[in-house]
Amino acid sequence: MNRFIAFVKKEFLHIFRDYRTMLILFIMPIAQILIFGFAITTEIKDASIAILDKSKDEVTRELTQKLLSSGYFNNDAYLTSESQIEPAFNDQRVKMVVVFEPEFGRNLQKEGTANVQLVCDASDPNQARMLSQFAEGIFASYASQGVVKGIQPEVRMFYNESLEGVYMSIPGIMAMILMLVSAMMTSISITREKEYGSMEVLLISPLKPLQIIMGKVTPYVMMALINAVSILALGYFVFGVPVKGSIILLLMECLLFTILALSLGILISTVAKNQMVAMFMSMFALMLPVILLSGFIFPVENMPLPLRIISNIIPPKWFIIIVKTIMLKGGGLLYVWKETLILIGFVVLFVTLSVKKFKIRLQ
Amino acid sequence: MIEFKNIHKSFEDVHAVDDVSLRIEEGELFGFIGPDGAGKTTLFRMLNSLLIPDEGQINLFGLDPVKEYKKVRQIIGYMPGKFSLYYDLSIEENLQFFATVFGTTIEENYHLIEDIYKQIEPFKKRPAGKLSGGMKQKLALSCALIHKPRLLLLDEPTTGVDAVSRREFWEMLQKLKEKGITIVVSTPYMDEAGLCDRVALMQNGKIHAVAPPSEIVSQFSDPLYTIKVKNNYKSLQALRQWEFCENVYPFGETLHYLDKRNNVSADVIEAYLSSQQLTFDKVEMIQPDIEDCFIALTHNVG
Ligand SMILES: Nc1ncnc2c1ncn2[C@@H]1O[C@H](COP(=O)(O)OP(=O)(O)OP(=O)(O)O)[C@@H](O)[C@H]1O
Ligand SMILES: [Mg+2]
Repeated sequence: MNRFIAFVKKEFLHIFRDYRTMLILFIMPIAQILIFGFAITTEIKDASIAILDKSKDEVTRELTQKLLSSGYFNNDAYLTSESQIEPAFNDQRVKMVVVFEPEFGRNLQKEGTANVQLVCDASDPNQARMLSQFAEGIFASYASQGVVKGIQPEVRMFYNESLEGVYMSIPGIMAMILMLVSAMMTSISITREKEYGSMEVLLISPLKPLQIIMGKVTPYVMMALINAVSILALGYFVFGVPVKGSIILLLMECLLFTILALSLGILISTVAKNQMVAMFMSMFALMLPVILLSGFIFPVENMPLPLRIISNIIPPKWFIIIVKTIMLKGGGLLYVWKETLILIGFVVLFVTLSVKKFKIRLQ
Repeated sequence: MIEFKNIHKSFEDVHAVDDVSLRIEEGELFGFIGPDGAGKTTLFRMLNSLLIPDEGQINLFGLDPVKEYKKVRQIIGYMPGKFSLYYDLSIEENLQFFATVFGTTIEENYHLIEDIYKQIEPFKKRPAGKLSGGMKQKLALSCALIHKPRLLLLDEPTTGVDAVSRREFWEMLQKLKEKGITIVVSTPYMDEAGLCDRVALMQNGKIHAVAPPSEIVSQFSDPLYTIKVKNNYKSLQALRQWEFCENVYPFGETLHYLDKRNNVSADVIEAYLSSQQLTFDKVEMIQPDIEDCFIALTHNVG
């Protein structure tokens, strides 16, 4: 046991003394989440919009004022007829046109509802969706302030959903960071021992192979969990992304995924001859699929069939589904047991393979 | 006693160790001398159980490294060819780590490493990566010794180390030998052979001779000449074409020349060189050293 503790201690020293490792471990997750988070919010800062107000009453003027003072929109032009909408889009400046129906204010007062049209330039669908959602959010918040009665409080949800970008990217970022920290860092740290020849000494020491593996892995499990927690905390405090389901369950799933990634890392290290190879293998064999095929950036549903089939053997895909379900929908184990079982299956497979391949000898 | 019996080991198409048989006595300081790729490392790794021989048996103090690898690993202090310490850990942390991993403490076996470790102890907080070659080597040796091994297995310990440190290192080995530790060491430097009790000359996986260094030199019966010439390359060519030439090779600044005839004198060689319009400073008969023996042995085979 002393041996094992000494080994883990040594691993921690390696981690703390290498500023690049520290950078990857602690700065990168934070940087990534901030980049992903703010990239989405800044995109809609000061977007040019045009107003076509067919009502020109007090309410529409107030709403226009609210839109423009939100900081998200810049007024580019007041239009006078529908025929001006297309030209406004065509000169590329205007991203969205807000069309108030005639008698807007009166309708709202009399019937409790009024129609406003949000015409978006859909050549950038992502942006269009977000712009419209922001505008909707602003309308909804106006409505819910009690100025007008009879509007369902659920409209406020729209406002939250306008931040969907961050919502959706947090599970993906978690998958990516956990994969990176666990798989890449362990595979590199094991191959470094091979490269420097110290693995030969470790192998002939009384340390058991399992102790060597566990000793390598333990610090990274801790690091990965710290990362998972800090991502969740950042998401919550900076972007207001709540965890609706059980945090314990979520962390257990993170642990499971971390173990999976670690076993992949060990597997890579049994094949890779040196640190460079290990790094590239982790990059191309692990990171790229995570980024491209797991649904992190491109929704799985939109992929061509062959890729959709391949995405099933990408463990992060299942992890992302689990995290989304627990975090955003508040689902319990009942909702994610299938995905969890799939992950456990992967873990068993990779652990078996990597322990088998990790030899007591050199060849 | 350590015994190799008809050991073979191949990697794909390379026959790295080819039918090696030899005995090393307990308490000996034994050297494997051979150039790059001779198979020294491969042989060491079979002895310390990291590799399994394709054929043959190894007996290490009555243990079989294939079957009883756990016991074997406990009694060996191994220093791999590459510097195997952790650069980012300090001298002290390295030693502490290896002591704990091998189930001992620095205090318990301090007497063994004291002479060596004392020299680097003033810098014990310094990371191993910032040490000079000689200091690294002392630390590596301390780490290999810390669990009081019966056999010290050192793979090219002096490669990349300056001449002074090399000499110091061999003095340390002599002292360790006096403490009763069996030491097996490999080196590509012929001049280090003379410091071993016995040496094995190794090339292309084969052992060409096993004997005390003095004996290897004295077995060398042919007269050997050293020739100082102006143009080494031209002279080498000319001598190679001479019908009486047994072997000729560059040796430092000079050429070493072996004649097929037994009683040839320096004058004859000088005459030949003059007849070839080659200018030379001196032709002189000399005592062969171990490198000459090595070249002669491998020349006959190749
Ligand atoms: N793991 C391996 N895979 C393939 N070939 C190998 C392997 N290890 C050694 N060899 C080959 O076996 C031969 C002997 O190598 P070995 O390392 O034992 O020599 P050496 O005497 O230690 O040389 P060096 O001075 O370079 O350390 C070389 O030709 C080498 O290329
Ligand atoms: Mg070698």
